[in-house]
Amino acid sequence: MKPKLMTLANALAVFAALVALWQIVLWICRVPPYMLPSPWAVARAVAARLPSLATSFAITAEEALGGLLSSLAVGVGVALVFAQSRWVRRMLYPYTLLLQTVPIVAIAPLILMWVGAGTASVALIAFIISLAPIIANTTQGLVSVEENLVHLFLMHNATPRQLLFKLRLPHAVPSLFVGIRIASGISVIGAITGELYAGSSRVGEGGLGYSILYASSQLQTDYLFALVFAATVLGFSFFFLVMFLEWYFLHRWHESARTPEVE
Amino acid sequence: MSGAGVVAEVEFAGVSKHYGDGQTVLDAVDLTIAKGEFVSLIGPSGCGKSTVLKLISGLATPSGGNIRVDGMTPKNARETVSFVFQDPTLLPWRTVRENVGLSLELEGVSRARREKKTGALLDLVGLRAVADAYPRELSGGMKMRVSIARALATSPRLLLMDEPFAALDEMSRDHLNEELLRLRSEQKWTAVFVTHSVSEAVFLSTRIVVLRPNPGRVYAMFPVDLPHPRTSALRTAPEYETLVAQVLHALREARSQ
Repeated sequence: MKPKLMTLANALAVFAALVALWQIVLWICRVPPYMLPSPWAVARAVAARLPSLATSFAITAEEALGGLLSSLAVGVGVALVFAQSRWVRRMLYPYTLLLQTVPIVAIAPLILMWVGAGTASVALIAFIISLAPIIANTTQGLVSVEENLVHLFLMHNATPRQLLFKLRLPHAVPSLFVGIRIASGISVIGAITGELYAGSSRVGEGGLGYSILYASSQLQTDYLFALVFAATVLGFSFFFLVMFLEWYFLHRWHESARTPEVE
Repeated sequence: MSGAGVVAEVEFAGVSKHYGDGQTVLDAVDLTIAKGEFVSLIGPSGCGKSTVLKLISGLATPSGGNIRVDGMTPKNARETVSFVFQDPTLLPWRTVRENVGLSLELEGVSRARREKKTGALLDLVGLRAVADAYPRELSGGMKMRVSIARALATSPRLLLMDEPFAALDEMSRDHLNEELLRLRSEQKWTAVFVTHSVSEAVFLSTRIVVLRPNPGRVYAMFPVDLPHPRTSALRTAPEYETLVAQVLHALREARSQ
């Protein structure tokens, strides 16, 4: 417990130092508030506009989570198909690389054109961007089972079903979590990017991406900073949620999850 | 025990095995193992001793010749055969108890019967205290005990072991050798045991088969008539040491062939 408290204390100390540095820069360089607001002004903006900040946070969280969960469902499904044969993998795997390399900012306008602006299309963008790591890592976990374990199952006349549910799937869980960890971070980025293009589906309010665009057009730099801060908190929450789930499911048997540690 | 009319446990008739690249691993091997024997296969690397186990278990098919296990094809005989691999091959997400029960679970044995059987086996191999631990918490020797208990859970008539104690230190190996003989005296299975260790082979076996490499053939056979039960005292007996020396000599000849 003690090392964890120390880690937390260190992280807080660094945060405090950064805020202090920020304030000092303001005093020395006399930056105008619309360029760089003071930490105090940002805090005031958070307090004053907490309800709309919370709404934006919730909208983006919903979209990112929707994208992440659907990429989890679809990605595991695709990985199960990929695990069936080397031929299927050879034929289809290059397309998952395509999924990973296509710049999301380039296809976001297309998706909005096809699906229409709104939370559904933003979630779809988050889904597309987080799909590749889930597919790649789950497939890896499913096919990397030690040969002798497969032999053991065959010796006891295991059915294909038993091989999948009692051997390949449980074996793939640690790599699946690696995939989810990567996907959770980029699903938030995907959702915010999507919102930059999609705008608001509800009149007057939208997700963090939309609000960032709006605040910058209005030169509400203090609120802009508050939104960036909120986006960071959202990313961190996803990351820690996944870390916790990973620890919860794996700590009893898997080496990687013995103690949850921030990398 | 294996008089006329009794079906041999394992019968190899002119068995050959080539790999895809044309390399011959086994060349026309004849070998009969009677029920109740403990046969050790020993030989220089490349003599195909692990391949013999793969063929008996049906995990590999012969390129030529005929293999019968209890009068059946190897695949049909699997229900009465268990395999202990070189590594413990435990499922890390299962506790010791659940690992021991795996073989029964795969064969569709009900939970109640499984619990009873695994409980008895855990007592037999001295793992009751760690029944609910996960494999990563165990030492190498304990993992191997779990692996053996799992193999014995299905009450096999034939136990195939591929250098099961190779990765252990000498103390644990000797101890597990004695344990293995104790288990065998209680359960009466036939064993085919692959090893690199001559002393281990002499201690455990009723017969030692020395194989020679390139291509793999039977080079020599040594019946081991040392009395049972065998205890650690045997390791210092003169007849034991004589036999170890003889087998070592044959092994050296097989290598230089």
